[in-house]
Amino acid sequence: MSKENIITIDNKQFTFEPGETILEVAQKNNIFIPTLCHLKGATPTGACRVCVVEVKGARDIVPSCSTPASPGMLVRSESPAVIKARKNIIQLMLASGHHNCAIRDFEPDDWTSFHLKVLKDDNYNELCPVWGDCRLQDLAYRYQVTTKALPLSAPNYPMETVNPFIIRDFSRCILCGRCVQACREIQVNNAIDFGYRGAKAKIVAGTDVLLKDSDCVFCGECVQVCPVGALVPKETFQNKRRFEKTEKVRTTCSYCGVGCQIDLTVQNNKIVQINGAEAEPNHGSLCVKGRYGYDFVASKDRLTTPLIRKDGNLEEATWDEALNLVATKFADIKAKHGADTMGVLTSARVTNEDNYIAQKFTRAVLQTNNIDHCARL
Amino acid sequence: MTNTIADIETADVILVTGSNTTENHPVLSAFIKRATLKDKTLIVVDPRKIKLTEHAQKWLRPQLGTDIAWINGLMHVIIKEDLHDKEFINNRTEGFDQVLEIIKKYTPTYVEDITGIPANDIIETARLFAKADKASICYCMGITQHTCGTDNVKSLANLSMLCGHLGKAGGGVNPLRGQNNVQGACDMGGLPNVFTAYQKVDDPSAIKKYETVWGVTGLSNKPGLPVTEMIHKAEQGNFKSLYIIGENPLVSDPDLNHAEKAFKNLEFLVVQDIFLTETAQIADVVLPSFCFAEKDGTFSNTERRVQRVRKAVEAPGFAREDWEITCEIATRMGTPMHYGSPSEIFEEIRKVTPSYAGINWNRIENGGIHWPCPTVDHPGTPILHTAQFTRGKGLFHAIEHQPPAELPDAEYPFMLTTGRILYHYHTGSMTMKSEGLNSLSPECFVEISPNDAAKLDINNGEMVDVFSRRGKIKAKLAISSKAVDGTIFIPFHFAKAAANRLTNAKLDPVAKIPEFKVCAITIQKAA
Repeated sequence: MSKENIITIDNKQFTFEPGETILEVAQKNNIFIPTLCHLKGATPTGACRVCVVEVKGARDIVPSCSTPASPGMLVRSESPAVIKARKNIIQLMLASGHHNCAIRDFEPDDWTSFHLKVLKDDNYNELCPVWGDCRLQDLAYRYQVTTKALPLSAPNYPMETVNPFIIRDFSRCILCGRCVQACREIQVNNAIDFGYRGAKAKIVAGTDVLLKDSDCVFCGECVQVCPVGALVPKETFQNKRRFEKTEKVRTTCSYCGVGCQIDLTVQNNKIVQINGAEAEPNHGSLCVKGRYGYDFVASKDRLTTPLIRKDGNLEEATWDEALNLVATKFADIKAKHGADTMGVLTSARVTNEDNYIAQKFTRAVLQTNNIDHCARL
Repeated sequence: MTNTIADIETADVILVTGSNTTENHPVLSAFIKRATLKDKTLIVVDPRKIKLTEHAQKWLRPQLGTDIAWINGLMHVIIKEDLHDKEFINNRTEGFDQVLEIIKKYTPTYVEDITGIPANDIIETARLFAKADKASICYCMGITQHTCGTDNVKSLANLSMLCGHLGKAGGGVNPLRGQNNVQGACDMGGLPNVFTAYQKVDDPSAIKKYETVWGVTGLSNKPGLPVTEMIHKAEQGNFKSLYIIGENPLVSDPDLNHAEKAFKNLEFLVVQDIFLTETAQIADVVLPSFCFAEKDGTFSNTERRVQRVRKAVEAPGFAREDWEITCEIATRMGTPMHYGSPSEIFEEIRKVTPSYAGINWNRIENGGIHWPCPTVDHPGTPILHTAQFTRGKGLFHAIEHQPPAELPDAEYPFMLTTGRILYHYHTGSMTMKSEGLNSLSPECFVEISPNDAAKLDINNGEMVDVFSRRGKIKAKLAISSKAVDGTIFIPFHFAKAAANRLTNAKLDPVAKIPEFKVCAITIQKAA
């Protein structure tokens, strides 16, 4: 690496590739710089400015997400000027919308009593649905920002709930634009964009119509990238209990052959949310089925017990009855008509292990090669 | 796929054909759409004006069932203009001379006559595809579900080899597999003619290997029947039992009226599933099993990546794991099959499956591996055929255009093509349990062009009867800009108006795949 491609952040030297931004160099080296609008894989916009840093010799602090690293650059990631700027930005964002997570009553002179108050206040039902999972809230706590002095602005636009999957709460939107980038640059569905100007600014679908009447295909990429509570998955909002334990399980989606990696959020033996995992091959993206089509898992229509046809009707049976009947009938038919009158349809839906056992059973036990599945259908 | 999903985004030209990617592989379609934002060229060849055409530089609209003709047409132009990759053809392939001979007559105007694609579009597309450094072909069931499906695929391979676009990043011939583990079901020998990793069932050395590992004798060396033929034999009364695991052929099979008759002829039908599907409803025994969220195991995706499936919730009631149920039946039939866990099964898979031998659950804990992966220190193979093809040299096939088995006539004047839509999946046994998905797509529809609807004098949303020679369904008419005059699209998800009552069960002679993508129908206002 040539000597020129070295940048100093907080008195430590780091090499960088030409074209890398200050933020990218910092993230690569585990230096924390807060971001809100920054979205991996999309063009940096510098819209929120919460990622500002101080660069020696520069006239003003600069957004690190859109400022390229340059040779010999001296950067301070959290100088007093930077902290002051970030506090201002966060404060304005909090004041601009409906953010009711106790942050606004923050008293910076007593951190401990503030925490106790938060614990008390935050335990009520009218809270923002992403409490505890909100980037703005995290940053407000981190930078100890209060909005007590500022009046809360009234929401410009009513909440939109008339679609099955996504709640749009414009009162909590900070106009960071991540959803727009996710829709236009990551999924390229081009359903939403910035609309109107100034204080009337809003994220609009199409010509400001309802999501369900727009080009939206409910992939939910916007919901996953929303750093606040402006876009919330409806089912999760209804099903997930805020203060009960959840568990995350990484697995593979069971719909098409892309094999998206998904993180299931599980609570009380029930899937309450699915997010795209930041991993190959999907890098966080999902489609409407993969993200929201999981009701079938806990459906009341699931089969729960073996059934045997008796007098024309399927009736509940024990496993012993069912398995013995199957084994006996298969053995009988094999003896009477020969193995080649028998067949097995295995499945493109079950695991490799299940499939392997199905073909082993067909070949080694039934002793025929009459096994197939719906690859052609 | 010969290449990976991420690799598509690095191609200079992407040719998508017979794939409604934004609806059937939405996440993969994002890779294609993103490439167009970076000024890469997208060419869509599809009989419907699908969403992806909005992102494409070119949309070619072939008449249904004329794929060989347009592919041969592209090859004709490429060779005539000397744009083919002679070095690749000489070093890596054989059989080129026969192709040279056959494509002579596929001039752009000859192809226009067959396909309806303007001659000039054939010429321009040929140039775009051949001049690209890296060109990727992505296809799906619109190519394969024809009586000439195998020949369609071979034609695409011809085209790619002709331009040397195989065996490198950003290239390849990429079938997009429609179900989560259809790749794995094939890899695991869920096919009548092969064991795992496509080892032939009539190969004595493969039989010997399996008999040793399984500790059995007498494995049949006679290739078995594909599902389409099992059903045909059942209809004649010569097939006695079926054990169906997680499939719903009574919605997904072609010509359902015949299929139903065939299933009723079976002496014994066992269905193992998570729901009482249309097929389970007529079974003699129904066995409740686990869904993906309840089991540990692996799926192999469309890019041959073997990935972990992990248990997240407990299964309902007395349901049991699929492999466990099958092992129980085997054991009760006198051939004990016992495993402690799915990972123990995977260890046995590795022993008999050369392409999976280097993969184990530890290695894929944090991310999947692309097969072939022969040894534990092998990194896996994201791109196939980089040095040579499986058979050594890539074989060109000289292929002539063949018309579909059934074409429109005075009695059945429309062409029907079937497929999936974004909000549902296959026979709907999973997606139709979601109120949300159902509200976005509540029922079957008959997609028709504005012109055709006007000719029939039927309004959008009116109920229509749709007839083919094999059956009849009733569904709502949906006038759509996606439809092209003369061609009707009906999704096959909906059991209540099952498109497969209309479809033709004529098969491709090699792959035994039915011609879901073309048949003749007529439409009238519902009686």
